Amino acid sequence: MKRYDLIVIGAGPAGLSASIEAAKRGLAVAVFDENAKPGGQLFKQIHKFFGAKEHKAKIRGFRIGEDLLAQAAETGVEVVLNAVVIGLFPEKEITVKIGSDVRHFKADTIIIATGASENMVPFEGWTLPGVIGAGAAQTMMNLHGVLPGKRVLMLGSGNVGLVVSYQLLQAGCEVVAVCDMAPRVGGYGVHAAKIARCGVPFYMEHTIVKAEGSVQVTGVTIGRVGADRQVIPGTEKHLAVDTICLAVGLSPMSQLADMAYCAMEDNPRKAGYVPVVDEFGETSVPGIFAAGDVSGIEEASSAMIEGRIAGVAAAYRLGFIDKTALNAQVQELKPALSSLRQGMFAPESRGKTITKTEEGCAISENLLRVGFIAEDEISRYPGVTKQKGVHPVIECTQNIPCNPCQDACPKKCIRIGSQITALPVVDESETCIDCGMCVASCSGQAIFLVNEDFAEDYATVTLPYEFLPLPPEGDKGFALGRDGQKVCTAEVVQVRSAPAFDKTHLLTIKVPRDMAMKARFYKAEV
Amino acid sequence: MAKDRTKEIGAFAAAPDDNLIICRCEEITKGEIRSAVHDGMFTLTEIRRYLRTGMGLCQGQTCSRLVKAIVASELGVTPSELEPAASRAPMRPIEMRILARDLGGDQHE
Amino acid sequence: MRIEEHPILGAPQRGRLITFTYNGKPMEGYEGEPIASALRAAGVMVHRYSKKENKPRGIFCAIGRCTDCVMIVDGKPNIRTCVTPLTEGMNVETQYGISGKRKEGSA
Repeated sequence: MKRYDLIVIGAGPAGLSASIEAAKRGLAVAVFDENAKPGGQLFKQIHKFFGAKEHKAKIRGFRIGEDLLAQAAETGVEVVLNAVVIGLFPEKEITVKIGSDVRHFKADTIIIATGASENMVPFEGWTLPGVIGAGAAQTMMNLHGVLPGKRVLMLGSGNVGLVVSYQLLQAGCEVVAVCDMAPRVGGYGVHAAKIARCGVPFYMEHTIVKAEGSVQVTGVTIGRVGADRQVIPGTEKHLAVDTICLAVGLSPMSQLADMAYCAMEDNPRKAGYVPVVDEFGETSVPGIFAAGDVSGIEEASSAMIEGRIAGVAAAYRLGFIDKTALNAQVQELKPALSSLRQGMFAPESRGKTITKTEEGCAISENLLRVGFIAEDEISRYPGVTKQKGVHPVIECTQNIPCNPCQDACPKKCIRIGSQITALPVVDESETCIDCGMCVASCSGQAIFLVNEDFAEDYATVTLPYEFLPLPPEGDKGFALGRDGQKVCTAEVVQVRSAPAFDKTHLLTIKVPRDMAMKARFYKAEV
Repeated sequence: MAKDRTKEIGAFAAAPDDNLIICRCEEITKGEIRSAVHDGMFTLTEIRRYLRTGMGLCQGQTCSRLVKAIVASELGVTPSELEPAASRAPMRPIEMRILARDLGGDQHE
Repeated sequence: MRIEEHPILGAPQRGRLITFTYNGKPMEGYEGEPIASALRAAGVMVHRYSKKENKPRGIFCAIGRCTDCVMIVDGKPNIRTCVTPLTEGMNVETQYGISGKRKEGSA
């Protein structure tokens, strides 16, 4: 039987990161993945990641995937694809379906990095063709270049629902609405704002009554839910859609850990049934580790760090590094992981209703209810200032672990400080040079450059733009407000694209001066 | 607790959404699952054996969580109080023909 | 339904254009893409009809887990079209139930 020092199950962000760290330290590592291509979900993530530099913030997910694959190749990790692990045994043996055979492999350590599976929700007609998971939509458009449909209803306002809605818009679909049973938007406010300003309406406290159609989806009926979570009669609303996309959460795929007799727990903070792990990711079965979503649903950024810690710990367990090295290396990774677990959306905050930011600013209720910040709410945040000439307006209103804007500004106009979840503050004593780096670096696309002194009666607003076609300079159309409604006519006066912006173009539009704090998106005249 | 077989859960009462398909592969409805609980199937493993929920082509990838919620609600407990169905190899759908071609430990490389 | 130019990903990389048959009719797709992608691009939504209730099913998870998109491919039933690469001349048929048998009277 072929033996390895370490077998990793799953070649996603956690599994690849674990493999690389272990292989770097001399372990013979094999990663088994059931898919034809490695990378897990990273290659479907086309948005810029949140976090700090050490979390690969402002880098798009698929580029992080490419980087991990290159490192795995460099360090000599054996990546076995189309290999379905069907059994894991406590003696650290796995059975794998490869082609038409079942093969056995053994290792001295195992890292389970099987990730998550999508939760689904049943409703009348949910088996019709045209009802798909959000992951399916991402796979179809971002990996295979095919639209899942033309007019889409998104069920679920968590980060997956919001991010996929935005990706659907980028791919050229119409997102007819985002609907969620919950009273408040579940994902990051900046993700919601990004699609709200494109005109996507949010129906909170709404759910799907039924998918319409006999052979495929031809429409959907949604309705408002009452306190008993049942649809209130008379509130039903028909929407013409051909696709219904379900983004109602993820569950850890932890069956292999269970099969290997690892101690398990049902932990709502980890979003499901997970193996109990120590600070290194080691389960109750010595030598079997778990990393990434399988041990608790979080972001890919956390999965990568968990993977790295488990990889280092496996190296220690087998004597490839000593205790001093283990501690030194893990102590370096730990703060990066804990910084991702802070703020309003931290696992610790799940289920809590937060009304104020860490700074004491009231949270935008409008953002949570309909996906965009109301005009009378915006000025309360420290990133929103009024200055002469060009200056950044940062509509970042929730404590999330993210700080690329602070490093992006060459003039140090933007300050977050050492607390990564702090709201960015615009320093009014520094002068903005209109370079646009902050606009392009903001993964939440929440930074705008506003110049209320552009010309007599006119202001300019520079906004991030990631759609096709890119309007040319001189293009005339409309400025849309945060709610996606037309607020005035607008002219594109400058279009900036640069490799450093990584496909986020900067569109500068000219609008009447009193629209400077209202205009947040541009729509060409058709 | 879910394992308390003496627990009185009352008689099965029909509900408007009983026809809702829960297990997409085996086409098992919510009503069938609820009714199975009243037939004495209090654990997920029993439900799986009795109705074949999660035993179809996808091996419970989609419905496990849904079945758990329905059974829990019928028993008047929270889903986390129910023990998940046992995880056994093969964890993924596999043709019997291939499963039978188990090469064991040393028949390759 | 195909994306020709994506604002972030550019033009999708595709294999060569090939012909396959869908329920006996010739259809085009790109070599190596999932069968399901070629069908979706051609507007085919229904992959199979379920066994008990004879209800239409199509793509649901698109990553080979849910098995809703299975079809008869080159005579073999229960092939997950979302993860099976398309090849030249492939014979793809709607599946009825879970076996390879054709429903009586169907094309």
